[in-house]
Amino acid sequence: MNTFFLIAIVVLIFLVIFQISKASEYVSILKGEEKARKQNNKINGFLMIAFLILGLIGVWWCNDLLYPKTLLPHGAGSSEGNSIDTMMWITIVITGIVFFITQILLFWFSFRYQESDKRKAYYFTHNNKLEIIWTGVPAITLTILVVFGLKYWFKFTADAPKNSQVIEITGHQFGWEIRYPGRDGILGRKNYKLTDPAKGNPLGVDWSDAASHDDVHVPTTMHVVVNRPVKLVINSQDVIHDVGLPQFRLKMDAVPGTPTTLWFTPILTTKEMAKKTGNPDFVYEISCDQMCGRSHFTMRGVIVVETQKEFNEWWIKQRPEYLKAKQFLTTTADSTKTVALENHQGSIIK
Amino acid sequence: MNNEEVLHEKPLVVHDAGHAIHEHHHQSFITKYIFSQDHKMISKQYLLTGIIWAVIGGFFSVIFRLQLGFPDQTFPFLEDIFGHWAKGGRLDTEFYYALVTMHGTILVFFVLTAGLSGTFSNFLIPLQVGARDMASPFLNMLSYWFFFLASIVMFSSLFLQTGPASGGWTIYPPLSALGDAMDGSKGGMDFWLTSIALFIISVLLGGLNYITTVLNMRTKGMYMTRLPLTVWSFLFTAILGVLTFPVLLSAVVLLLFDRHLGTSFYLSDIVIGGKILPNEGGSPILFQHLFWFLGHPEVYIIALPAMGITSEVISTNSRKPIFGYMAMVGSFFAIASLSFLVWAHHMFVSGMNPFLGSFFVLFTLLIAVPSAIKVFNWLTTLWKGNIHFTPGMLFAIGFVSLFISGGLTGIWLGNSALDLHLHDTYFVIAHFHLVMGVASMFGMFAGVYHWYPKMFGRFMNHTLSYLHFWISFIGAYFIFWPMHYEGLAGMPRRYYDFSNWESFKMFGGLNEFISITAIIVFAAQFLFIFNFFYSMYKGRKVTERNKNPWHSTTMEWTTPIHPPHGNWVSEIPEVHRWPYDYGKDGRDFIAQTEPVGADESKH
Ligand SMILES: [Cu+2]
Ligand SMILES: [Cu+2]
Repeated sequence: MNTFFLIAIVVLIFLVIFQISKASEYVSILKGEEKARKQNNKINGFLMIAFLILGLIGVWWCNDLLYPKTLLPHGAGSSEGNSIDTMMWITIVITGIVFFITQILLFWFSFRYQESDKRKAYYFTHNNKLEIIWTGVPAITLTILVVFGLKYWFKFTADAPKNSQVIEITGHQFGWEIRYPGRDGILGRKNYKLTDPAKGNPLGVDWSDAASHDDVHVPTTMHVVVNRPVKLVINSQDVIHDVGLPQFRLKMDAVPGTPTTLWFTPILTTKEMAKKTGNPDFVYEISCDQMCGRSHFTMRGVIVVETQKEFNEWWIKQRPEYLKAKQFLTTTADSTKTVALENHQGSIIK
Repeated sequence: MNNEEVLHEKPLVVHDAGHAIHEHHHQSFITKYIFSQDHKMISKQYLLTGIIWAVIGGFFSVIFRLQLGFPDQTFPFLEDIFGHWAKGGRLDTEFYYALVTMHGTILVFFVLTAGLSGTFSNFLIPLQVGARDMASPFLNMLSYWFFFLASIVMFSSLFLQTGPASGGWTIYPPLSALGDAMDGSKGGMDFWLTSIALFIISVLLGGLNYITTVLNMRTKGMYMTRLPLTVWSFLFTAILGVLTFPVLLSAVVLLLFDRHLGTSFYLSDIVIGGKILPNEGGSPILFQHLFWFLGHPEVYIIALPAMGITSEVISTNSRKPIFGYMAMVGSFFAIASLSFLVWAHHMFVSGMNPFLGSFFVLFTLLIAVPSAIKVFNWLTTLWKGNIHFTPGMLFAIGFVSLFISGGLTGIWLGNSALDLHLHDTYFVIAHFHLVMGVASMFGMFAGVYHWYPKMFGRFMNHTLSYLHFWISFIGAYFIFWPMHYEGLAGMPRRYYDFSNWESFKMFGGLNEFISITAIIVFAAQFLFIFNFFYSMYKGRKVTERNKNPWHSTTMEWTTPIHPPHGNWVSEIPEVHRWPYDYGKDGRDFIAQTEPVGADESKH
């Protein structure tokens, strides 16, 4: 019934519009087409300037309403993010100036130079000086933006700082797996053909590489230490995913067969950021930003940024993945090693 | 081939002046309306198919906007339409992605490529350069029918049990290569690839024809520097298409090999659904390079015709010459050339070599220079004009506004460091919908409203046109402007539901607003569609008196009201001047066909 009414109303509105439009055509013929055309011209000319004024008010109002919901008011959670915000502000100002000048001119000219019997259009075909100016000025402005952009781009894509904490993150349909190197600071080798979740090896770690024996695997939630650079080694097991870190202002694809890396320096703990944003439920989320299948939108990870002390407390409770997988290995690894492995924490706790 | 040869080769068309109209009457329904070789009819076929696709593609966006705007509500009527894809009135997530994918594919390829340049290149090139038809009317006809076949294949994929392709219009493998990765990558993807392969053939046949016609079949006196900017834009569009679509074809063929022949071009180290695949050594990034080598120029294949139409319409209705004609041509050339050197700006976060990335940043931002020149030239054309707000003119002004708004954000996204943050967020959606989606759609509307009297010999209703413009224009900004803010909050695109995300769930009300506006704007398009078809039969007739209704200088208006196949009844007129003599020496306009007077001033 409801839908029926809705459809009826829509049809009615359309019918009314069509009738009015048809009638207006007859009226214009009666009135004299030239006169009707000029009248329409006036109306549209007025609407041009009205659109400009209401549009500018709308831009301001929309900004007032939505700016607080963006990431900009609270600053980034990483030092790289703050650089990106700076760059974004420079870009906002430059493109903003161009936006307002050109849009105002466009609608002002449309209004100002609408057809009038008193005016003759000005025959103006070209002017080299003008054209050189508006080729040159954008070129120079863009050079400034390119220089800024590339400065940061090279900085962020350069090798991670030496003291970075290395963490591996692997995407799959539809979740994230996190792997930490143990005391040796080295992530054990992987071979995707060894993948076997039933035998405690969902990531395809090659246990014959001894470096893998102290690696820790946790699902979904990554713990990192504030103010210490983090270097992510990014993998995918199936299709392309993307590690999206909105509060850190970075992202990088997870490509099967081609590991990628990304590093950043978190500068605010989760708790500090919760206070800063005024949202007690705040978490740093990892969003998959590359379409990866039917549940793409559920592919969520979490990064907990905490103090070294809090991190240590968490780390102490983790056990190497090898301990669980060992029981499935046909040639059981040297059992005397197990005791040592229980004490794997050393490397990450400074 | 020159014009006369075409006539001799195809005696059916026009033997000589006297026979032209006569022959026209002899054509059967099939040769006149279906397997027509008349560029004007083929153009209308493209336009009609484009309109049908636009309705379907637009309708899909309305459906997925329902999900985005009202994630907790159910809409029982959806189940009536889509059956098991919308059980209980809620879209299946897989089907949501299918809708998103089809929306993108349809709009980018079928509407804004075929519907836009297919329609207007076909219609305007011969009429504006003074040719009786395309260089090869037969290949031209084939071009349409390959497009038609592509359409049939794509349309039938909607009825597959496993649904149409659903991995996004960019169909990145491995997602698109593996049936186990999602349902849409099963049969639907084969249909998609077949359809696009057919479509590419259509584009190539069409493009070669357009290029040849512009280069070889201009009438006497129509030097390249006397071509209207529309024709220049179609020429560059065709060149771009001919050089880049074959690369997409190679990407498509290799993907088909990976899907069915066990090759590993794009596949390596994959475990999916518990299965360990044997493929090693392939690179998914290779596909992205091939895809975007077309994909970026494709943006200009869509945008250039709209720019050409806008230039023409703005100049005519300002009653002023286009400002900086040579600069306009030069910037077309610059944009077209640069567009080959920027494709990897879509891949900044794919793990590409950062040093290589820096070149793509440079060239991408460089494109802003010719784009800026264009905008300034349009503005200067308006300045001190005597503006007639015809419906076409309104859409052309709308194009400029949208092109500025969407173009400026390209400067953000092309700068790789900012792209690290904004990539694949709603900021990108806002950017490309404004600059190439809605803007080019506006270019297309401008073209239809402006050349409708030439196409059908009747006028469209102006009141409906004005309403259509203002609702669409305001609606476009209502929909896409706030999306920038969602992007600045990092909100990812292609999400079915945001409610479980602490970072993105605060935009519920806004998404609802956007969806409602989208529905209204979609409904408003029926004002156009009704107007289009109604006026074809009932519109005010074009008469000898207003045969050139906008007082244009260009050649198409010198043809009869209903031009026969062959376009001019007697000899093709000779051209004596450039196409922008508006307001010269106190005269409103001087047609291109008018000889230069003895005491005429130089421009
Ligand atoms: Cu994913
Ligand atoms: Cu691009």
